[in-house]
Amino acid sequence: MKSILPVITVVGAILLFWIVSVVPMNMHLTADQAQRQDIAVTPDTPAARQELSGIGLSLRNLHLVGATYTLERPRLPSPHQVAVELWDTVAMKNPTSRRSLVYHGWVTVSATLVGFLIGTGLGILLAVGIVYSRAMDMSVMPWAIASQTIPILALAPMIIVMLGAIGIQGLFPKAIISAYLSFFPVVVGMVKGLRSPDAMQLDLLRTYSANPAQGFWKLRLPASVPYLFASLKIGISASLVGAIVAELPTGARAGFGARMLVGDQYGQPMVTWAALFAAAITAAALVGALALMERATLRRMGMAAA
Amino acid sequence: MTGTAIISALGIWAVGWFINARIAASAVAGTRWAKILVPALFGLTLLAMWEVLVRMLEISPVILPPPSMIAERFAVEIPTLWADFVQTIIKGAMTGYIIGALAAFGVAILADRSDFLTRGILPVGSFMAALPIVGTAPIFVRWLGSDWQSKAAVVAVMVFFPILVNAVAGLRDTSAMQRDLMRTYGAGYWPTFFKLRLPAAMPFIFNGLKIATTLALIGAIVAEFFGSPTVGMGFRISTSVGRLALDMVWAEIVVAAIAGSLFYGLVAWIEGRVTFWHPSQRK
Repeated sequence: MKSILPVITVVGAILLFWIVSVVPMNMHLTADQAQRQDIAVTPDTPAARQELSGIGLSLRNLHLVGATYTLERPRLPSPHQVAVELWDTVAMKNPTSRRSLVYHGWVTVSATLVGFLIGTGLGILLAVGIVYSRAMDMSVMPWAIASQTIPILALAPMIIVMLGAIGIQGLFPKAIISAYLSFFPVVVGMVKGLRSPDAMQLDLLRTYSANPAQGFWKLRLPASVPYLFASLKIGISASLVGAIVAELPTGARAGFGARMLVGDQYGQPMVTWAALFAAAITAAALVGALALMERATLRRMGMAAA
Repeated sequence: MTGTAIISALGIWAVGWFINARIAASAVAGTRWAKILVPALFGLTLLAMWEVLVRMLEISPVILPPPSMIAERFAVEIPTLWADFVQTIIKGAMTGYIIGALAAFGVAILADRSDFLTRGILPVGSFMAALPIVGTAPIFVRWLGSDWQSKAAVVAVMVFFPILVNAVAGLRDTSAMQRDLMRTYGAGYWPTFFKLRLPAAMPFIFNGLKIATTLALIGAIVAEFFGSPTVGMGFRISTSVGRLALDMVWAEIVVAAIAGSLFYGLVAWIEGRVTFWHPSQRK
């Protein structure tokens, strides 16, 4: 709790930097608009203004600073504009309408969650196989580790097209990409977790004459839970990024990725910014939900770290 | 036809798996060459199954080209692939990676002097590192144009937070005893920084740098989906998908995989040279 004040300070500094940057970023646009409304602008030809940097132009036209915050299509919207747009599209629109971010969010999040569940399930199964089979460990584990250094996300458009060609469309292709991205962090984390019991603990179970199944359910699996949650938190944000990127190059009509693309192509920066922040809030909410589950689970298991 | 195809694929799998299981169970399993041979054999087995299944089931190359076709395309298109590599990896990803890493070190060193800032930056930075920052790509493309500068900017922002968090956490990772020792030597802030705290932070910093290598490649490739000159890996992937030239897409993915592994390997190699004293590096 003692870190609340520092956190607020850092967030405040970032917001302040953003608010100050709005002026030079938008000044050229504002000056052009002001001239059309017959307001005096210091270099009075657009060509002369292009010569100046945003900061230089702002210093010469201090009377226009206020106007940079109210542009309809700003290069950099101010925080309050993003907040208003978010509020408009999240709370004020019917959640089933195409203009509501709740609708688009659900399209992305449902694909993310389906993919996350598939990826996590397969990842846990593979990890169990790796821990119990030496051949599997030696064959698969180097690839699982190497695959983390590869930009898997670049596969996204191709997987969509591949599945589209055999008639699979909609939620499922995105879910596969999400599954793929959450799969390897879970494998690597779970292998580490299932191997975390030390020789002493394994020996203890042997003195109890526990069979391998009991060793798995009563020692290895419980011991792996903290590792599992650590990889789940990485996996869910990777899944969300995967679902968003999967929506980009494929002409998807719904979802956060589609909104970003629409805003970009039709020159509506507010749409892009609102989708970006909605995606960020969603990511934070998903990771936060997992962190809560982690706390509750570890406390029930008596492993809560103070 | 389908039956024979599946039987031959299963046969290849059985042979590959049998050899691997024998090696893993034998006395040579712990040796260095077994550790390379087994995963290599596994990879080859999968490639052979892929080839056989695609050829015998006559799957259209528009859906899944066989590995031999991808290899052929790779060999033919080396000049194009090289141009894409330079545009995306060298100009976009590397420039952004270096800018982002330097900025992160700068902020970490500034913040390090104040315990207050450190406690603020750690949670905010780890929060930002979990966000889908790659979504800022359309905004940067709009601001900086479609050439590599906008890609470098996306990459810089993406790698900034993981490196920052690790650097700040690493600079805190000295014990009171070690700092007291430096004080008894009469060392000021900078000697303590260079002789104790920076070396102690190196394992953390390299952890951040290694995480960031993959992010850099992802950022540079994905940002090209939003606009690029007519060269670059992301551009080639999205246009080849549009033309259904999937062998070219796979060739680009091979390039991305090689580039990603090399980049990671380079950072890991430097890590081994810099933090040779750390327990994780001892052989």
